[in-house]
This record gives sequence, C-alpha cells and structure tokens, in this order.
Amino acid sequence: MSTKYDAIIIGAGHNGLTTAAYLARAGQRVLVLERRDVVGGSVVTESPWPGYRVDTLQHFGGLRPDIVRDLDLARFGLTTTRVGLTALQPGGGALELGSGGGARAQAIGAFNRTDAERWPAFTALMAKVAGFLNEVYAAPFPRVPQIDAAEAPALAQLGLKLRGLGKKDMIEAVRVLPMSMLELLDEWFESDLLRGALAARGVHGLMQGPMGAGTAFLFLHLWANNDSLFQTRVKGGAGALSEALAQAATGFGAELRLGAEVAQVKLSGDRAAGVVLANGEEITAQRVVSALDPRRTFLGLVGPDALDPEFVWATQNIKLRGCVAKVNLALDGLPTFTGVTDAGLRGALTLSPSLNDLERAYDAAKYGGLSERPYLEVSLPTLAEPGLAPDGKHLLSVHMQFAPYRGEQADWATRIEAIVVNALAQLAPDLPGRILHSQVLTPRDLETRFGLSEGNLYHGEMMLDQILFMRPLSGWAQHRTPIENLYLCGPGTHPGGGVSGASGRNAARQILKDQKA
Amino acid sequence: MLLGTPFHARTQPLNEAQVWRRWSGYLAAGAYELTHEREYWAIRNAAALIDVSPLLKYHVHGPDAARLLDRMVTRDVSRLGVGRVLYTPWCDTEGKVIDDGTITRLDAQRFRLTAAEPNYRWLSMNAVGLDVTVEDVSSQVASLALQGPKSRLILNACAADSLDGLAYFRVTHTRVGGVPVTISRTGYTGDLGYELWCDARDAVAVWDTLMTAGAAYGITPTGILALDIARVEAGLIMLDVDYTSAHVATIPEQKSSPFELNLGWAVDLKKAARFVGRKALAAEKTSGSAWQMVGLEIEWPNLERLFWEEGLPPRIPNTTVRASIPLSSLGRQVGYASSSCWSPLLKKYIALAHVEAAHAKPGDLLMFEIMVQHKHRYTPARVVPLPFFNPERKRE
Ligand SMILES: Cc1cc2nc3c(=O)[nH]c(=O)nc-3n(C[C@H](O)[C@H](O)[C@H](O)COP(=O)(O)OP(=O)(O)OC[C@H]3O[C@@H](n4cnc5c(N)ncnc54)[C@H](O)[C@@H]3O)c2cc1C
Repeated sequence: MSTKYDAIIIGAGHNGLTTAAYLARAGQRVLVLERRDVVGGSVVTESPWPGYRVDTLQHFGGLRPDIVRDLDLARFGLTTTRVGLTALQPGGGALELGSGGGARAQAIGAFNRTDAERWPAFTALMAKVAGFLNEVYAAPFPRVPQIDAAEAPALAQLGLKLRGLGKKDMIEAVRVLPMSMLELLDEWFESDLLRGALAARGVHGLMQGPMGAGTAFLFLHLWANNDSLFQTRVKGGAGALSEALAQAATGFGAELRLGAEVAQVKLSGDRAAGVVLANGEEITAQRVVSALDPRRTFLGLVGPDALDPEFVWATQNIKLRGCVAKVNLALDGLPTFTGVTDAGLRGALTLSPSLNDLERAYDAAKYGGLSERPYLEVSLPTLAEPGLAPDGKHLLSVHMQFAPYRGEQADWATRIEAIVVNALAQLAPDLPGRILHSQVLTPRDLETRFGLSEGNLYHGEMMLDQILFMRPLSGWAQHRTPIENLYLCGPGTHPGGGVSGASGRNAARQILKDQKA
Repeated sequence: MLLGTPFHARTQPLNEAQVWRRWSGYLAAGAYELTHEREYWAIRNAAALIDVSPLLKYHVHGPDAARLLDRMVTRDVSRLGVGRVLYTPWCDTEGKVIDDGTITRLDAQRFRLTAAEPNYRWLSMNAVGLDVTVEDVSSQVASLALQGPKSRLILNACAADSLDGLAYFRVTHTRVGGVPVTISRTGYTGDLGYELWCDARDAVAVWDTLMTAGAAYGITPTGILALDIARVEAGLIMLDVDYTSAHVATIPEQKSSPFELNLGWAVDLKKAARFVGRKALAAEKTSGSAWQMVGLEIEWPNLERLFWEEGLPPRIPNTTVRASIPLSSLGRQVGYASSSCWSPLLKKYIALAHVEAAHAKPGDLLMFEIMVQHKHRYTPARVVPLPFFNPERKRE
C-alpha cells in the first residue's frame, strides 16, 4: 500500500516535535497532528489577556544540549539562560542559591555553617549521579527481562557506565536513587529552609511527599534533565522552545497540522496503518508515533479489543495521579518581596519552608484534599523580559502542589486561587492589591484542555516502579508496542517526564534503527 | 471452614457415611449411600438429583455484556440468542485454556457464566473500556442437576410449565414448588438431563418438591463419585484433572490448547470479535497441535491374564481415577491418561487420555500402565472416538 507519509506523529508537544524533527532530518515524510491550535503541549506561551505572553503551564526548563545542537535550534531563535533558585521564608527573607559558587556558600552559611561546608561535596556527588542518569537517558533502555542479543551490549554498557563512576560513587549512586528526600537530606543538611527547597525538587509534579521512597530519584532525574539543580528560562517564554522545534521540523520537511485531533489509530490486522481524526478524516502512514501518554494511546486511540488483557490491565494500572495546579497572574506593577534581591526574583522562587511543611502539604492530598499551605514554585518572567507584558505590568506564574486530581471539587479553581494568593501575600503583602487578571488551571483542566491524563505532568508518575525498563511497562521499553508499527515517543516512555526531548529523540532513533533492520 | 451449600439442610442428613469432598470451598457429598453404584445407575436408568451449587457463577450485564464475553471466550457469543446456552472454553493470550463453562443468555444484555475456578479478576481484566457489570453470584444462586431418562417426567410433574418443548442447550423460566426457577437442558452426564437455577433462599423448597414428585420415578440424591463416572463416559473433561488452567500452570508444558483438549469445534476463528488467544489459535490450527485428547479402551484379555499370572482376579478401580497414568508405544512414553474408570454401563475399562498427535487415530494401539501386585505392567489399550456413551435421548 502506498501512502504519503512514512510517519504520523500524534501530538505536537516538545517530544512529538523532537521525534518529527529527527525523522524529517533523516529524510522521512512526516506529518504531525496536533489537537490544539498551538504547538507545544505543556511547553506553551499564550495570550489569555491582550498584551501578555503567558507560560500557560511549564515555566522553566530546556532541551538536552545535544538536541539543541543536532537540530540547530539556535538558528530558530532558541535562547536559554540558567536561573538561580531562591528559597522563600514566610514572613520575609530568603536563601538565595542563585549567584555563583562562593556567594552561594556564603548565603547558605548565613543560615547554617555546616550546611555551607557540606554544600560543595553534596553538589559534586549529585552531579555525578545525575550525570550517570543522563548517560542512561541518551538511548532507549534494553527490555529487561526479555533482552535480545542486540540489546545485551547496551545493558553491558550501562554496567560499564555505572562502574565508570568509580567504586565509591557507584555504591553511592545505587544507594541514593531509591531513597526518600528525607533520608538523603538527613545525611547532609540541617537548615529547614535549605532542606525544604531541595526536598521540593524531589516531589515536583509527583503525588508523593518528601518522606516517600524514591523521591531522591525524581530529584536526580530533574537534575539530569537540567544538567544542574538550577533550571533554565527560555527567551520569549517557554513556548519559544516549542516554536523553534516546530520550525526545525518543518524546515526539515515535516508537515504540521493544528486543530487536528486524532480519535483512533487505524489498524490493519495487528498493525497500525494510520489514524482517524475526530472529524472522521482518515490518513494512512507506514508508522504511527504517539506522543500521548500510554494509557490514552492504548485504551483511547487503539482500544482494548486489539490488545491482550494483561497488557490492557497493566496499562490501566499505570499511575498517573496528577497533583499540580497552575495559577497565572497579571500584576499592576512589581510586588515587593521583602528580603529578596532583584537577582533572586529573576530565578525560580520556591515556597517550601521546611521538609515537614512539604510533607504536611502532601498529607492533605493523600486523602483527596487541597493543601492549605502548599508548595509553590514561582516565576516572575517580566523582570528579565518586560516585553512579555504591557508597559509597567508584570506576570507571576505559580506551580502549586498539592491539588490531587482524584479529589477535585467544582469550587477548586476558586479555592486554589485564594490559597495561592494568600500564601503569596505572606511574602509580598502588596501582591493581592496588584492583581489585574488571573488564570487558574486545575488538574482536570490539564486533562481536558491539554490532554494530560489525570492531569499528570509526566504522562506517568516518575516513581521507582515506573522508570527505566519499567517505563511504560516492563517488557515494552524501546518505544515499541504490541501493535506493529505503532511507537510511543512521549515522556510515558524511558527516560520520562520533564522538558528534555530525550524520549522524543530516542524514539526517532529506535524507529530509524528498526527500519534499517 | 468448608461451607454447606444452600441444600445442606437436606443433603447433610442423607449422607450415610458423612464423607464429604471439597468443591470450591463447599462440602459436596461423594456418595449418599455407602457405595455410589445405585446413584450411578440412577443417572443412566432413572433420575439423579445432584447438588452442583459449588459451581462458580457470574452474572454479566450491561450494554457491552456480549462484547465482554465475546472478547474472552473462543465461541461466538454475539450470535447466541436469548434463551440459549453454549459451552465454551476460554484461553490466555497463548491460546491455552484457562477454564471452561457454559454461557446462558438470560436476556439481550444479561448473561450467566459458569466456571470451575474463580474468574472474577480475569473478567474484570477483559472488561476494561466496556460498559458492563460483572457480579459473582456463586453464593446467591443455588443449582441442582436433575439427570437421567426420567428427569423430564419428574419436571413435568412438578414444574408450572411443561418441559416438553425445551430443546438441548436451551433455557426456560418457570416455577417449581411455587418459587421461580430457571431450567436449562444441560448437564455433565451426557444423558437426558436438566440443571435448575434458583435463589439460594428457595433451595430447600425446590429440593423438596423434586424429591416428592420424583419418588414415583426413582429420583436418587447422587454424589460426585457417580457423576465422575458418567462424565468420563460422556467424554467431558474436568479442570485440574484432565487439564491444568493456564493461569495455574507453572511451566508451559502443563498448559493445553482447546485443540489439544478435543475442543477444536468450540474455537470459532471466523467470529467477528477479536478474542483472547485468537492469534495463537489460528497459528496452531495451521501448524497442527502437538497433543490430542482421545478416548481409550483398555483391552480386557491381556489385563485379565496379567492378574491371572499373579493368581489374582482382575482389579479395576470402581471410581474414576483422577491420576496421570503413563501410555507408551514401542517402549517410548507418548502420553498419559488423566481420568480412567470402569464403565458399569458399557462394561469397559475406559480412559480420557492425552497423546502425541501421531498416536491419536482411532484404532491406534498404546500400552497402558497398571499395577499388578505392586509391579508395573503395561497392557494394550485402543484409541476410540469420544464420547464413549452418547444416547439419542440426550438431544431428543
Ligand atoms: C504545570 C506544569 C508544570 C511543569 N513543570 C515542570 C518542571 O518544572 N520541570 C519539568 O521538567 N517538567 C515540568 N513539567 C512537565 C513537562 O512539561 C512535560 O513532561 C513535558 O512537556 C511533556 O512533553 P510532551 O511533549 O511529551 O507532551 P505534552 O506536552 O503533553 O504534549 C502532548 C501533545 O499532544 C496533544 N494531543 C493530546 N491529545 C491529542 C489527540 N488526540 N490528537 C492530537 N494531539 C493531541 C496535546 O495537545 C499536546 O500538544 C510541567 C508540566 C506542567 C503541565
């Protein structure tokens, strides 16, 4: 059967676009279908109010540097800057981890002398372990336990990389990954503020408290994605990253269709043969690559009839418990955060005053409730880039945890806004009076508007039983699926969630490799 | 502790030796009298009343009820009309049998599935994405088998409606002893017979009505020892005896496909629905099966001689032997019998056996292992078509 396309990519999030760009660059005829009218998925900048450019969801993060290079994204205007991390103290004051080595130690020293002394050794070890993860993330994971001859060298290489850490660090890496943030931080630091801010990275986007096993893994995973504890900001807003990817992909010849929702993966026997759009249109292709999460892909687009019951059951059981709400505010002027420097305000601002506070925020969510004293990660993008808002106005973007999907009530948008504004008022008392516009996105909004099942940011929680060869399901690593010619390229596959492009790039490599074979 | 069935108040006092077998967590009478022989003859000559309540029973209902069952089993449920029953195995993805049972279409969106082992989880796993409810009604529904040539006469004497029009593998709703009863023309004996399904709370009333009406026809409460002989004569397999559920097997060799269990007729590769195991079964159909289930008749003259040589009369098990007995050909083991018994009706020593496909033709001669005075011996057995016993009255 001759069809126009070698591959159809479902979903123009950053991973789908990355796969599209790599495949198109290799000469494949590629069509990207996106349900929304903009590209980017979670990594998107939109104008809910005239004159404002708002990072609707994700506000920090960049692609793996090798992907930026491969696709020459600088040519399409992708510019990122590393930003600092500031731990906000309720009632004023902050621990600013933003400015370079010496100043950082000094800042920590102002809170706790021993913490300052331990800081360099801590970051050195974390960087090593994250560096190891980063290498593991550079290729599809071998399918343990069904490894075939072609995959065995890859697994052996992983072993070598682990040994490359040196015996002492290797043992540390293996010991640290399954830890809770509490256990990890107990070994290093005393200051509540420092522990709270670091612990928050271990539960960012995760339905888990810092006392839960495996939260150290997420901490290191995000460290690996950012190649640092510190995140990056994209010039022009997060969406500029997706725009650059889209331009690269189309530059290589990929076609992109917006407003094209895929309703079904079309099968011919047990193979994927194309897609059916929500409007009934059918498009055929040699291969279909889904950037949606595995549950949505298999149970929604393929349908359980075509799959084995064990597989369906396992897919149904993938944990996707969303717990994040997003609050975007337009402000009439810059609010006064007492005790935070201008440099601090330009980076990531974390409100997580202690590890215990963070665990308590999670306690509420365990039983389906909202955190009354939530963990917040705040960005003030207009300080560095005033052009994102009209003259004199500012934007404030808040990532809020925990708002558990499974407990969501009709009044949550209102309650979340009140909780967030109230928490911010403790830090910047003039903030409530400056609000001009607000936008609240609950986990259910993330699901219905952005296609994130159960509002989960990572298309599958980043927990110990859902990573490496168990992502998306054990036996099904390597982007392949039980349906021949259907691939997965989203963060529901190894290496998983967050902005990095690794899943998308690895998927493209696997597809190209399978075609050669 | 093992439970009594809804009929326990009646069956318990009748059980002369108080010997009970365990069946799915319930007490089941092996035989009511001290030997099971009269009960066996009731099945073949009069009417046997058998408490089969320990069967697992599921109600499957909702708009996608037929879809769920069709997805799961190897036969075509979409074409099963209301008031009809079908027997079917169901398989895992490798096309190996998990369990077997009957499906009754009670109405357009309501089915009853019977099974030998718990299947609730498997039903749930297959129900993902479907608008269907599965209920385990095993303890709410009491069931009785009334089997034997006089069974219809007894039912006609006590049911609100005549059973004359009820064809084989059909079901009807009526009243017995004033309580609602569903009656299907099904059974596990290969004879004329019925199964009655009622609310567990009405069980005793139904039992009493049948016993009263059946007295004139020789109705006989019958235990599972007699049933076990009748079902071998009828060539009907039993889970855990003649095959191991694919869900329980520890090694692949322990599993069997429907083709290997003589159930190829119940695999509908042409049905519209995709069903679990379809791919593997289609492949097996093309490439052929490694094993076959056959009937065996152990030949008498040599058997008698082997015992005679030891100065003994022939010793034949008088109940069904539920143990694996090796079968060989030219000194090499080529299979095993899984159920074997003396058929009092046919006056033959018979067995259900698994043999390599090359030894499955009717007439093939195999050597059957027996113990004679504590010594292993082999004696000839011949492959015969199944079932051993198939009277006209079963379907008439
Ligand atoms: C509020 C929020 C905060 C976050 N914070 C961080 C963070 O701090 N650090 C971090 O590393 N990560 C963070 N993430 C996670 C990160 O953004 C995601 O893991 C990542 O962007 C997922 O990218 P993706 O391209 O694979 O998938 P998505 O961005 O989900 O893209 C999927 C695309 O598919 C489209 N789609 C869905 N259904 C269909 C259909 N039927 N047909 C066609 N198209 C369809 C969607 O519209 C979307 O464009 C955050 C996410 C959110 C939502």
